[in-house]
Amino acid sequence: MSFYNTYIKYTDFPSQSMTDADVLRALAKDSLSENDLLALLSPQAMPHLEEMAQKAKRLTERHFGKTVTLFTPLYLANYCESGCAYCGFSHTNRIRRCMLTYDEVEAEGKAIADMGFSHIIILTGESPSKTPISYIANCAKILKKYVSSIAVEIYSAETEDYKTLIASGVDSFTMFQETYNPELYKKLHPAGIKKDYLYRLDTPERAAKAGMNTVNLGALLGLDDWRKDAFFTALHAKYIQDNYPAVDVAVSLPRIRPHKGSLFVPESVVSDSSLVQIMTALRIFMPRLGITISTRENPEFRNNIIGLGVTKMSAGAKTEVGGHASEEKTEPQFDVSDERGIDEVASAIRSRGYQPVYKDWF
Amino acid sequence: MDALTIGNKKLKSRFFVGTGKFSNDAMVADVLKASGADVVTVALRRMNFKNPEQNILNYISDEHTLMPNTSGARNAEEAVRIARLARAAGCGNWIKIEVISDSKYLLPDNDETLKAVDMLAREGFVALAYMSPDLMAARRMRDAGAEAIMPLGAPIGTNKGLRTKELIQILINEIDLPIVVDAGIGKPSEAAEAMEMGAAAVLVNTALATAGNPVMMAKAFSKAVEAGRLAYLSGTGAVSEYAAPSSPLTGFLR
Repeated sequence: MSFYNTYIKYTDFPSQSMTDADVLRALAKDSLSENDLLALLSPQAMPHLEEMAQKAKRLTERHFGKTVTLFTPLYLANYCESGCAYCGFSHTNRIRRCMLTYDEVEAEGKAIADMGFSHIIILTGESPSKTPISYIANCAKILKKYVSSIAVEIYSAETEDYKTLIASGVDSFTMFQETYNPELYKKLHPAGIKKDYLYRLDTPERAAKAGMNTVNLGALLGLDDWRKDAFFTALHAKYIQDNYPAVDVAVSLPRIRPHKGSLFVPESVVSDSSLVQIMTALRIFMPRLGITISTRENPEFRNNIIGLGVTKMSAGAKTEVGGHASEEKTEPQFDVSDERGIDEVASAIRSRGYQPVYKDWF
Repeated sequence: MDALTIGNKKLKSRFFVGTGKFSNDAMVADVLKASGADVVTVALRRMNFKNPEQNILNYISDEHTLMPNTSGARNAEEAVRIARLARAAGCGNWIKIEVISDSKYLLPDNDETLKAVDMLAREGFVALAYMSPDLMAARRMRDAGAEAIMPLGAPIGTNKGLRTKELIQILINEIDLPIVVDAGIGKPSEAAEAMEMGAAAVLVNTALATAGNPVMMAKAFSKAVEAGRLAYLSGTGAVSEYAAPSSPLTGFLR
């Protein structure tokens, strides 16, 4: 079983052009088909963006309440054996490399908890040799003393590895396919484990099988035609939901950001209205889908999308190794657009009539 | 009003309130006040003991009966673990057992719920079982020691009302435990309807949290629950399929 079998059914995307009637029909439904999702992601849906936003808001409030959960990222290391053309951690980039010692992890955990965070995501580069599962598991055990929910965003691993991480206190998993286009994927990911498109494509499924509570996936929007990658992101999420019903499925919707040494030119530009179209279309397609928006987005945009589908937001983000307790010692993976701390983001959420949720796990 | 007793506790109200989904915790206090509710459910996953400023329990006064719920549990073992954590955290011995292994519809898993009821009742918890309305499952939960059965009216968060009405009526008729309709109730009229049917109580959250004015809506629900209960106690007139003619066809037989 693999999501690839679903993917290949739609390789001729978009097979047909949508009409206004297709969009209106999709908007009127409770339970949408894949074709309805295509309609909502099509250019023909743009005149109906306000109606999509209204529907997305109603569905989000009904299923998640007037709440947004806060989290912060913690980079454990930036060693990397992959050479992703668009990434600041690429092994071809001459940047300082390091990993946190366990004492430093402890200090970071304490600092993050003192700020008020209870949900974190821990990240590494793509280096199983420098940052093996045992190291990440030990870090999780330390951090679990300070926070209630730990997500991992690391290299692709085996089901057994994810079980090890769960036993160490990890409850959530994030992985980006980056792009669902196999040819483009091959071109952009020339080295490391990440080179293998199918192995990566099946990673969220291995995490679900291992028993992760939340499986969060996504594409780096802009690498390929965003309509395609948004469509396959949704289909991938639905595939996990259909086959692993106990899992909470979520997506992240990152747009590509500049970083040090980047010469990469994105294939398509995802405008603000396109991102809103994606977010509202996905919400309408999957009413219970978690949607994460990171600090890649600027404060004004992040404030404005509260209520349109987003369920989780990061704050106080550092994209260099450590950084919450210590001074900066490496280059960031990418530049954050929203540098606000937890209190500022929380008060922005409140001012939109929503409740910032600090803790939503055990 | 006649009192409802669950787990040897005489409750002040038949309107139970859920606390998730509100735009701020302070509003929960206002909603509770307007609702006149006694029993309040809070997800343990949302209780923040490390950061007391963000703890929802600050907004729930001691006058209320706290009913922690096991939201997040996907099987009986997880529900039991969460219940024990809640008791250890000082949240009392009431527990709303909520076991959900389907994240799309959030329908409760009756088999796992039954196992959790069995384990937690033995440990002295007052176990209230959130379930998909099913007579046999409800009987087993009763036999396992549940103190109340909480069937859903419609999938949680949908505000669709009493879609499972016939099945809930069967539980009310057959199970000699309080039947508390939980989930799906979207309007006060639906709460009133559940009470007219003989439900012991109703639990509402989404319909309050997503209302334009949650405090006023809490008041409306409170009145509806009371009206429905009074109607049930007074005995509603029988509904007939046809109008009763003043000159009956069989009048010549008299």
